[in-house]
Amino acid sequence: MTDAPRLHLAGITKRYPTVVANDGIDLDVRPGEIHAVLGENGAGKSTLMKIIYGVVKPDAGSIAWDGKRVAAFTPARARRLGVGMVFQHFSLFETLTVAENIVLALDHDRAGPGLPARIRDVSERYGLPLDPDRRVHSMSVGERQRVEIVRCLLQDPRLLIMDEPTSVLTPQAVEKLFETLRRLAAEGCSILYISHKLDEIRALCHRATVLRGGKVTGECDPRHESSTALARMMIGGDLPHPRHRAARPGGAAMLVVANLTLPAADPFGTGLHDVCLGVHAGEIVGIAGVSGNGQAELLAVLSGECRLADPGGVVIGGVPAGRQDAGARRALGLGFIPEDRLGRGAVPEMSLAENTLLTAHRQGLVAHGFIRNDAVRAAAAATIKEYRVKAGGPDAIARSLSGGNLQKFIVGREIRQRPKVLIAAQPTWGVDVGAAAQIRQALIDLRDAGAAVLVVSEELDELFEICDRIAVIAQGRLSALRPASETNAAEIGMLMSGSFIAPGTHGGRQFSPAGAIGAD
Amino acid sequence: MRIRLEPRPEPSRLAGWLSPLIAAAATLVVGFVLFSALGKDPWQAFHVFFIKPVSTLYGVGELLLKAGPLMLCAVGLSVGYRANVWNIGAEGQLTMGAIFAGGIALAFHESTSALVLPLMIVAGAAGGMAWAAIPALLRTRFNANEILVSLMLVYVATYTLSFLVHGPWRDPEGFNFPQSTMFGDAALLPNLLPETRLNAGILLPLAAVAVGWVFVSRSLAGYQMRVAGLAPAAANYVGISAPRTVWIGMLAGGACAGIAGVNEIAGPLGQLQPTASPGYGFAAIIVAFVGRLHPVGILFASLLMSLLYLGGESAQMGLALPSAVTGLFQGALLFFLLASDVFIDYRPRFGGRRRAARR
Repeated sequence: MTDAPRLHLAGITKRYPTVVANDGIDLDVRPGEIHAVLGENGAGKSTLMKIIYGVVKPDAGSIAWDGKRVAAFTPARARRLGVGMVFQHFSLFETLTVAENIVLALDHDRAGPGLPARIRDVSERYGLPLDPDRRVHSMSVGERQRVEIVRCLLQDPRLLIMDEPTSVLTPQAVEKLFETLRRLAAEGCSILYISHKLDEIRALCHRATVLRGGKVTGECDPRHESSTALARMMIGGDLPHPRHRAARPGGAAMLVVANLTLPAADPFGTGLHDVCLGVHAGEIVGIAGVSGNGQAELLAVLSGECRLADPGGVVIGGVPAGRQDAGARRALGLGFIPEDRLGRGAVPEMSLAENTLLTAHRQGLVAHGFIRNDAVRAAAAATIKEYRVKAGGPDAIARSLSGGNLQKFIVGREIRQRPKVLIAAQPTWGVDVGAAAQIRQALIDLRDAGAAVLVVSEELDELFEICDRIAVIAQGRLSALRPASETNAAEIGMLMSGSFIAPGTHGGRQFSPAGAIGAD
Repeated sequence: MRIRLEPRPEPSRLAGWLSPLIAAAATLVVGFVLFSALGKDPWQAFHVFFIKPVSTLYGVGELLLKAGPLMLCAVGLSVGYRANVWNIGAEGQLTMGAIFAGGIALAFHESTSALVLPLMIVAGAAGGMAWAAIPALLRTRFNANEILVSLMLVYVATYTLSFLVHGPWRDPEGFNFPQSTMFGDAALLPNLLPETRLNAGILLPLAAVAVGWVFVSRSLAGYQMRVAGLAPAAANYVGISAPRTVWIGMLAGGACAGIAGVNEIAGPLGQLQPTASPGYGFAAIIVAFVGRLHPVGILFASLLMSLLYLGGESAQMGLALPSAVTGLFQGALLFFLLASDVFIDYRPRFGGRRRAARR
């Protein structure tokens, strides 16, 4: 360790009005090192990355680059030094081509007529094949991520920040990404890898800095640590494991969709083709798939946010409900946890008490059309307590909660209504590990109480952990359901690339997720 | 020194209450400058504008008389506004209510029945609702913009009234003036306060405030209207019907405005004239926002707006100022209110921040 570290942070502190996001953080990243920053949601990872990228100014502490202290770390300065960042949520223009999107991000001296050739060159060198002339809207999420990565690589980065890069990828695509990152590191580029997925960090990273509550709680070599040890550092305790009893087969079909075909509502949407699905009482069915393959459309049809012309299109508890709106379906015993919390699952400007009323008003919270304020507040308080929502109380405004806490609140609100059918979209997305385990346990308990549960998730681990049967959605088509015990991640990953779709039935959209193994 | 706006973690309740007061104060400052520039003594002008009109019992009666229709229209409009249903045609709905109720009054001109007045109120509400139903239908059926449709219907309604009093409903013994016969006693609202023009009609806006308050703060329907306004995706998520929201919002506004029209013709006017309102339906939009779309706030805002009307008249007579001064004050008040609303979600930071070297 005689070399100066590529990046050296000392005593970085950043306070926000209500929280200390970073509290005296020290961090060294050496040249050619893949360095994990591990922590639960709200541990301060994002703030730290924004400081390194120059977007946020720390209140205290110093930053040194290659051993030299850098006074003012602005985004322009960071880019000149060679910091590149691949964000979790992409910032690409769908109607532009790959090359056009890349030009927008480059400095003038780098963007020249030779750019398409350089894109091809760089992307092939790192195993990320890209066609510079292709328009982004026709690309899968994995391919879009390649565009983001290539965009960074063209700027000759010396430190690449990857923010939860695998959350949108199939298992095969993850492996491919890791190869690229290892090659980059071998060439001397440092990589900061942010994630809460312990297995990935153990497989990829050379060193890990663990954050908890804005402080560094540990540094280790993840290759030599067990997942349990890493989790303990991250959450400060043991990871709860869900109790999972075998499903009792033979329950009545509670949620049935038969041969549903629905054209895409907008040019960049996904149409549904011949979708068949049956969820029975007492089981959890999982739908895997890379987002953008028709999940949103299917969920809208199931929830009643998108109504069908045919009443029999969706059958809930034996009642044809295709034409009913979301409220009428809830009266049939349907509960729904949507993937967007703010603005859909909860009204941002309203208090948690008022947001309880949003879906739970059939639970005795309203008498003769009038709101029973005491009952509403009591229900909100019970949800907050039972699901350990970190909030000021029933009067806290939904917008003021962190994403994970609001998610816990919405999950609690829906499950506490004891629905006969519960649909959960990305139920643990952005939720810390402890709370995710609690939410999964609550879903299993609901199943054991006899409810039919449908979980749509991009996290295969989660699906295998809680589901009894699993199907895959790809290009708006749903594969056959198969028992979770009779399949595995590799097989599901193959299905995610669309391998189950008969050749010739492809829509006009060309589709090949990153790293898809020659399927058809 | 630099002033920056910093987002608040939660909206400030204090700022919510202070904002109308800040706006009122800023409006007064503008008035001060304006009166001074016009060569009037501002203090005397303020006295003429804001004190003199209400210094007599008659004046107080006038204040309430003018506040009534503003209150009614604003409470009705606020139901829709909370749900992002933008009915700005209350003036037309008021006029249509006056036409419907006036038709009843003229048809039962000879009657002395105590039922004439209630019938007029029902007819007035129906007229207002019918007029509001047009933009509601076009919006829910064809997604036509309710702002434009309701606004344009204002002119249709006022010209309809004008046609009626110039033509079929003109008083044959009225020396060709464009107005109907004076209504019979059974069609007039009884006086409430001797030696003023205040009549029993004021009870309707007060009742509307009470009903509006219960609807907004206690009813599930009122809550769902608010959800629809704040987060349309959340409303869809729980199955709050968007067309129903539009209909409730438009019809509530239409009914209240229609009844305000009844109050005008069965109260101070006593007959149909070419115009039924000096712009109450438009001023009520300002009242609704100054009152924070809350019935109790609207109660006070309508009194303030009424005072601006009286003050404007008083200033015309006492100071020889043009009547435009009323509109100017109304405009300034709304302008400053919208401006000071910024402080609900943002807080000002003065100076400082030098250590975060900004180069």
